[in-house]
Amino acid sequence: MGGTVGKPEKLIVNGKRLDGRKLDELRPIKIKAGIIPNADGSALIEQGETRIMCAVYGPRECLPKHLSEADRAYLNCVYTMVSFSTPERARPGPSRRSVEISKVIKDCLSPAIFLERYPRTKIDVYMDVTNANAGTRCAAICAAAVALADAGIDMRDLVTAVASGKADGHLVLDMFELEDNYGEADMPLAMMPRTSEITLLQMDGELDKTEIKKLIEMNIKACREIYELQKSALREKYESEKNIESEEGEQNGTGN
Amino acid sequence: METTTEKLYIKDRDITVPGDLLAEGMEYLPAGKAYRDGEKIFACTMGMASIKGRVIKVIPLAGRYMPKKGDVVIGKVTGIAHSGWTVDINSPYNADLNIGEASRDYIDLAKTSMANYFDFNDYMLAEIISISESKYVKLTTKYRPYRKLSPGNIIMVSPTKIPRIIGKAGSMIKLLKDGSDCDIVVGQNGLVWIKGLPEKTALVAKAIKLIEKESHKSGLTDKVKNMMASGGK
Amino acid sequence: MEQEIKPYLSALLQKGAREDGRGLLDYRTLSIETGAIARACGSARVKLGETEVLVGVKMDVSKPYPDSPDEGTLMVNAELAPLANPAFESGPPKPDAIELARVVDRGIRESGAIDFSKLCITPKEKVWTVFIDVYPVNDNGNLFDAAAIGAIAALKSAFIPKYDEKEELVKYKELTKEKLPIKQLPVLTTFAKMNGTIFVDMTKREEDANDARLSIATLENETVSAMQKGGIGTFTEAEILGLYDRAVELGKKLRKHLK
Repeated sequence: MGGTVGKPEKLIVNGKRLDGRKLDELRPIKIKAGIIPNADGSALIEQGETRIMCAVYGPRECLPKHLSEADRAYLNCVYTMVSFSTPERARPGPSRRSVEISKVIKDCLSPAIFLERYPRTKIDVYMDVTNANAGTRCAAICAAAVALADAGIDMRDLVTAVASGKADGHLVLDMFELEDNYGEADMPLAMMPRTSEITLLQMDGELDKTEIKKLIEMNIKACREIYELQKSALREKYESEKNIESEEGEQNGTGN
Repeated sequence: METTTEKLYIKDRDITVPGDLLAEGMEYLPAGKAYRDGEKIFACTMGMASIKGRVIKVIPLAGRYMPKKGDVVIGKVTGIAHSGWTVDINSPYNADLNIGEASRDYIDLAKTSMANYFDFNDYMLAEIISISESKYVKLTTKYRPYRKLSPGNIIMVSPTKIPRIIGKAGSMIKLLKDGSDCDIVVGQNGLVWIKGLPEKTALVAKAIKLIEKESHKSGLTDKVKNMMASGGK
Repeated sequence: MEQEIKPYLSALLQKGAREDGRGLLDYRTLSIETGAIARACGSARVKLGETEVLVGVKMDVSKPYPDSPDEGTLMVNAELAPLANPAFESGPPKPDAIELARVVDRGIRESGAIDFSKLCITPKEKVWTVFIDVYPVNDNGNLFDAAAIGAIAALKSAFIPKYDEKEELVKYKELTKEKLPIKQLPVLTTFAKMNGTIFVDMTKREEDANDARLSIATLENETVSAMQKGGIGTFTEAEILGLYDRAVELGKKLRKHLK
């Protein structure tokens, strides 16, 4: 019996969007690493009003055993919408949508991780959306990549993601809820910025080839910006790790 | 001796993020968590760069314990099988202690039982004697100082901080032992066993958590000395 | 690790000491931030030491229970998300999650904290249902007390959403200026017992090693609105009566954080 604010008359007014942004402008993004002490790695992302926490546990023993792979880690990605993350309360438990998103995220993160260095183990990536205002799967991927790095898991690169689309006929970057609900197309994309390899691409709506090309370029450019934020978040946490005194005994002897 | 294709992009002690380009050129040698892809050398983990001559090494700053041959570890018995024990070594990989590696004495199961040597949930100090391709780990407790550890306090720290907790030539660990009269045993897998008077044991644990947290800061040794002297007040 | 360190923890407790230097009846540093969750009618982010819990209050319109046709209803749910603790698993709520939800529920429902009579829209047909969702972010012990105080803080800060009578729709995104009618502030204190010593606000290490726990919810007028014993150990009658007084004292201290 939901009610959301009805469709606005226009989504773009005088070249500006309803939240004041330019067409190719990202929402303000904040990323923080290491927010959940129990987890091996964790991260928080706030992108506009979207807010997602990610915890990584692993590599750890792979249970149930039938999921275990002899020559690599089993990557388990779970995307969840917490019940109070949406205007109408979301019933706890996975939905078909969250199961699909989990799978797509797993396919997106796998190429970046040296899974073969952790045979017979499991890496759990839990992405919990505590506030949903569009772009959740992309923000979840950004947080997951930071959490995986925070966990000290070997990776080829981080993975960065952002969605763009079409609203009122204009191509726009990083849509927020109104644009997502009432726009004409939506295209999330994820990549490994170092090699520009694209690891996630989805699209729904109606776009011609020129528009798709423009959107891909818009996404890639935005990903490079977000990549810097991911790296800063990690460096900020670990900057304090720099040893000033080199008093440590390196990897030999145990003092027993 | 630099050719035009050689480039170094980081300094000694820089923090690395996975995917960071560290250097270009075949003259450089990657070590630790640095790896080569074509002409370029990248970091694959959160780490700290250590540059010695042409060798670019990345020392990991995070990550669960990955067993290595020769490592001395603290483990907990989680299973007793026919001819050995399953041991949790705080790693994604469990370890096996075979009955033949448990003691220098011959264990005659007709006269005694496995549990008399190591029972469920017993802790031990052991050495990793071999690791297979798929990381099946074998332990030994045959020789000194490997043994069962009697009940005490066990704490977990990041394995990457263990060298700092031991200190150069064991200096930090000695500081802790002298200041508390406790027995302290350190596993390279991130577990530390402490035994002594309860308050002293708690003090050592507190000091170790401090070392873990502030391993980067100068003046740490003095801070630890003061903490041990004042009883942590 | 728990059974191994139990003798050590017990020895410390017998001397009135804890690993983090607290006394037997000391709570860890508590902080409560309300309004942290944008989509909720009311919310709280509780930090108790390293334990962190989010509590969201949401509301919806539904049919009343047949035996209370003009009263609103309450539903408390707890998700022990694997995010918060390496031992938690995905899936439907396990007994621990259900116990947590029901203990939080018991303290609130039975205390008359929420004035359900003010949550009726049309008797016998439409009443407000208050949903409380407890969501631990990091479990370092004592989720019960953190969740319970979070729930009250969230309720206290909650506004009722707009209800469009004509369209018979809840406007989830629009909140009125009307607050949820809260009459009481129950506060839960959980006591743990290990080898005879009783203490409060256990850390995860203490929780995994303890023998039993007793949670007591108290009100401002020094009465008790709920109790729950857990764990396989036991309490004596004398202990329980003694803990009644402790619970009232500690409840008063904790309640200050709600003002």
